[in-house]
Amino acid sequence: MRMLINVPETVVPDALRGMAAAHPELTVDVDRRIVVRRDAPVAGKVALVSGGGSGHEPLHGGFVGPGMLDAACPGEVFTSPVPDQMVAAAAAVDSGEGVLFVVKNYTGDVLNFDMAAELAEDEGVRLAKVLVQDDVAVTDSTHTAGRRGTGATLFVEKIAGALAAEGAPLERVADTARRVAESSRSFGVALSACSTPSKGGPMFELPPGELELGVGIHGEPGRERRAMMTSGEIAQAAVDAVLEELPSDQPVLALVNGMGATPLLELYGFCGEVHRVLAERRVPVARTLVGNYVTSLDMAGASVTLCPADEELLRLWDAPVRTPGLRWGV
Amino acid sequence: MSGKVTNGAGEGTGGSAEGWDAAFFARWMRAAADAVDREADRLTELDSAIGDADHGGNMRRGFEAVRSELDEGVPATPGSVLMTAGRKLVSTVGGASGPLYGTLLRRTGKTLGDAEVVTGEELAGALSAGIDAVAQLGGAAAGDKTMLDALRPAADALADSGGKDLRAARTAAEKGAEETTGLQARKGRASYLGERSIGHQDPGAASAALLMAALAEAGGEAEGSA
Repeated sequence: MRMLINVPETVVPDALRGMAAAHPELTVDVDRRIVVRRDAPVAGKVALVSGGGSGHEPLHGGFVGPGMLDAACPGEVFTSPVPDQMVAAAAAVDSGEGVLFVVKNYTGDVLNFDMAAELAEDEGVRLAKVLVQDDVAVTDSTHTAGRRGTGATLFVEKIAGALAAEGAPLERVADTARRVAESSRSFGVALSACSTPSKGGPMFELPPGELELGVGIHGEPGRERRAMMTSGEIAQAAVDAVLEELPSDQPVLALVNGMGATPLLELYGFCGEVHRVLAERRVPVARTLVGNYVTSLDMAGASVTLCPADEELLRLWDAPVRTPGLRWGV
Repeated sequence: MSGKVTNGAGEGTGGSAEGWDAAFFARWMRAAADAVDREADRLTELDSAIGDADHGGNMRRGFEAVRSELDEGVPATPGSVLMTAGRKLVSTVGGASGPLYGTLLRRTGKTLGDAEVVTGEELAGALSAGIDAVAQLGGAAAGDKTMLDALRPAADALADSGGKDLRAARTAAEKGAEETTGLQARKGRASYLGERSIGHQDPGAASAALLMAALAEAGGEAEGSA
């Protein structure tokens, strides 16, 4: 397995140094492992802090900037960051209006953010949390760690970030973030396994001619292994699985997300198929975002995330955003 | 350096008929660091089957930080040694393992209180309290294919021997860890695999068995030097 790295142990700090070099509009603290808006804390604004294991770029560090996150805490590859990072990030961005933690539902992320919340509250920070758990591939959520947080994280960070930028108070930002998190659903497919730097090879064996349906974003195998399917068949399976659990028939925001190693040419083809299936199911699509946003290192494959959106959510979605990974309206 | 004794410098003898002092607990933590370092590749291999292939590296990073902290000076009491180690793990490991192992050591240490020497029975009781805290934090029960499946039998074996038989704790932990192979995961990332998690040993139970083996090792040294 060839990787463009120095040594596996320094992959995360090496990437942070590169991020610092490329993005002078961000403060990248390599030692404390936090990425912060350079103009933080922004007076009168609720701050958004997220974080999680590395390997999902541009999530989360690439979404720091006006209109989205105020800070991100990158952990080791596929490993939750530690509470010290989150407490430092919260202290760096809190303007006094409070901080919203955006947490993906994985045991490690939940435990570390909970510990951090307790510590930050002790230091006088007003805190709210939103838990993202959109992955419908986890069906037996009472006998597992629960539905995973995947693509909907982008919707939550963008929409809550826009609301915070308008000056909304913490309770309202948190309520809207939860509304997005609770109504979004995702389904992912892997055409290859990803390789972590520490392992140096694929995380599971996927024979040629087979794919995994219902994967998460950490190289774990999925719900089911099948013989290779066409883009149209995969779109049908993914959209069917998402719509089965989508709690509304409103027009949707659609994220057609690449897992890291699928070319945009294939991803746009897949996006066409997703729209075809949605049209057949009579689900209007209000907005579509296509690209590699919530990735899983070098995994080939894609995920579909849908979020029912009313006028307010669409207005917030369209609001200006200026981050390394997402940028429009500015 | 008031309030601290230096391990290996003759002030702490470790184990005795009356019980164990801070030096013994520091030796336990160092033995754990050695064991995790030695077995890191195996832990990662287990984790790549049903998790995300990082448990060995994460645990090594954490226990090396604990070792460095103890090299700076060993806290005065058994309880403070474990609380210091637990805090260090929370700050350096990440993932679920950081908070869970950190909580295990912090709660065990807190339960031991300010005593300069603790008996085996006190250790067994404190360890049990630490394990309860882990179960509460992680929401896991016995048989969920987690570190608890190694820790709980170890604490029970220790309690059954009146806190004397550290080797029995080690043996029970290793047996418990091996038996996770046949279980279906209900917590953590392995739970997403459902039945596909059966047939693989739980990496967290494997590292918990290493922690109990390190305790027996520290006890063996204490007996040898007593």
